[in-house]
Amino acid sequence: SKTKENVFTKIARAIAGKSKVDDEVLDNLEEVLITSDVGVDTTLKIISRIEKRVASDKFVNTQELTAILRDEIASLLTENNTEDTEGFTTPDDKKPYVIMVVGVNGVGKTTTIGKLAYQFKKAGKKVYLGAADTFRAAAVEQLVIWGERVGVSVIKQKMGSDPASVAYDTLNSAVANDADVVIIDTAGRLHNKINLMNELTKIKNVMKKVVPDAPHEILLVLDGSTGQNAFEQAKQFTAATEVNALAITKLDGTAKGGVVIGISDHFRIPVKYIGLGEGMEDLQVFQRKEFVNSLFGE
Amino acid sequence: MFENLSERLDRSFKLLKGEGKITEINVAETLKDVRKALLDADVNYKVAKQFTDTVKEKALGQNVLTSVKPSQLMVKIVHDELARLMGGTAIDVELKSSPAVILMSGLQGSGKTTFSGKLANMLKSKKGKNPLLVACDVYRPAAIEQLRVLGEQIGVPVYSEIDSKNPVQIALNAVKEARAKGHDLVIVDTAGRLAIDEQMMNEIAAIKKALNPDEILFVVDSMTGQDAVNTAKEFNERLDFNGVVLTKLDGDTRGGAALSIRSVVDKPIKFVGTGEKMDALDIFHPERMADRILGMGDIVSLVERA
Ligand SMILES: Nc1nc2c(ncn2[C@@H]2O[C@H](COP(=O)(O)OP(=O)(O)OP(=O)(O)O)[C@@H](O)[C@H]2O)c(=O)[nH]1
Ligand SMILES: Nc1nc2c(ncn2[C@@H]2O[C@H](COP(=O)(O)OP(=O)(O)OP(=O)(O)O)[C@@H](O)[C@H]2O)c(=O)[nH]1
Ligand SMILES: [Mg+2]
Ligand SMILES: [Mg+2]
Repeated sequence: SKTKENVFTKIARAIAGKSKVDDEVLDNLEEVLITSDVGVDTTLKIISRIEKRVASDKFVNTQELTAILRDEIASLLTENNTEDTEGFTTPDDKKPYVIMVVGVNGVGKTTTIGKLAYQFKKAGKKVYLGAADTFRAAAVEQLVIWGERVGVSVIKQKMGSDPASVAYDTLNSAVANDADVVIIDTAGRLHNKINLMNELTKIKNVMKKVVPDAPHEILLVLDGSTGQNAFEQAKQFTAATEVNALAITKLDGTAKGGVVIGISDHFRIPVKYIGLGEGMEDLQVFQRKEFVNSLFGE
Repeated sequence: MFENLSERLDRSFKLLKGEGKITEINVAETLKDVRKALLDADVNYKVAKQFTDTVKEKALGQNVLTSVKPSQLMVKIVHDELARLMGGTAIDVELKSSPAVILMSGLQGSGKTTFSGKLANMLKSKKGKNPLLVACDVYRPAAIEQLRVLGEQIGVPVYSEIDSKNPVQIALNAVKEARAKGHDLVIVDTAGRLAIDEQMMNEIAAIKKALNPDEILFVVDSMTGQDAVNTAKEFNERLDFNGVVLTKLDGDTRGGAALSIRSVVDKPIKFVGTGEKMDALDIFHPERMADRILGMGDIVSLVERA
């Protein structure tokens, strides 16, 4: 069975037997936040906000600390995030709604696409997938298997062909067949490889020849177990492709999720989806309130 | 994004002009900077704390040469200690049995399948081995096909059983096949799994038990954050692996997970992955890794020249 220790249980352990917020409590809190990959800067920000509240309120005990912490995390998540997404929907006035999925190697792009296709199909949408990872061994086959599993069409060419051309083909077929949603898979690439980042721009631009305002959504997939490099990934992919949505995967691992807080603190890109397993149904729309609740074990 | 450690130390030592010795007082602020650099590099919180304590002991009372700035001396102490912790001489894979068996393990997407191909390629071309790759990932869509394509690229056969859902049996059959066909090396790729997934951890423990491999390697993404220690510890407790493979070092991650894992499980880092292609494999260099974690280029050689 899968168990995980949430931030709340860690904090509870850290402050057990204390009744007042002192330096030691704050030190323990620092440890809890940093070991959840929140990042040093965001951690210091949270701690200093709490220090201020502790200084202004006369007496704060550790129960109240939890409430304050919850507050602070919730507000960090809202400050830079726009509205939560409502379920797996796409705007009616954009047909087909085109999503391009990007990210570094092995984070879960293809799997997330399979899960999204499943959800959109379940919501009654006609979905087309484009296998524009023509580089990694068996990447096309992997997406094709997901397409079969979910029951949606996959447009592909042979390995090594031009990914932009696959994207172009996919949009053409989708338009011809009156599809509602198109999702384009791309090869994993590290953000410090300039040529590969430029290739993304090219794929993106080619789509406009078929659907002038495509892609509507550029979804950056981040691995939830990634540390501070996630920030650089968000920065570089945004610079190259105007990322406007994030998916954080593999949150079914251990006490993770801190990266969501740090990322929300640093970027104005909403976290839209979270991945919680390898199965077709293991994707959720990110809800800030629920996320904070889950951190605190409710 | 990150200020380099030596710049930071320069700044904190500016306040202490004229000090000829590193003392308890002037080292405190510096150690804070060292610790922040380590945390920014994803070194585990506890490991970073321990590390700065050790560095403090080594630094206290050291005389600062007139030709070297105290900050430079500090950087050298930090660097050398990092390299020492991660180092020792690079240890090769030990292949005794015939056929010798190497088993891969690790989280989802860490780079096991790619590394299996790279290792087969390296041992074939550099050591004249005749490897057989084995596809024991029966879960991930197209996992078998992925290994098959890589095998083709490097001219190494791949053993798979398309309809089987039993990795232990596949692995055993593969070893039989290797014997029959004269392969002296069997490299077993496995599915990615979470350390907290009891059933999947039992599965890989069963593969180990059935094969009694010469080498078990733990393949880990160099971008991994604070949880790297827990994952490594849990895999090590279940498998008692022989070494670690650090992948995706062609990125710009500082790679503090390397230090964390090394400190917590005390197993050598044997290989690093530096790209997606089959020849993008290197042995591990502790010195380079130390520089990388600290986010610096050539400060150390600069100090050595001074
Ligand atoms: N536990 C868990 N595993 C996941 C999740 N999402 C993806 N994975 C696994 O992570 C591995 C990599 O997933 P992929 O979808 O192939 O990742 P990718 O980003 O497309 O990889 P490349 O195309 O090679 O860059 C696979 O083993 C997936 O099953 C998740 O939310 N939880
Ligand atoms: N840039 C770079 N990419 C790598 C490296 N090693 C592996 N990859 C890529 O990382 C992704 C995942 O690699 P895989 O070999 O499929 O990982 P895996 O551990 O077998 O994944 P699962 O079987 O799903 O658990 C692929 O896109 C690989 O091409 C590396 O050293 N550098
Ligand atoms: Mg993929
Ligand atoms: Mg694999």
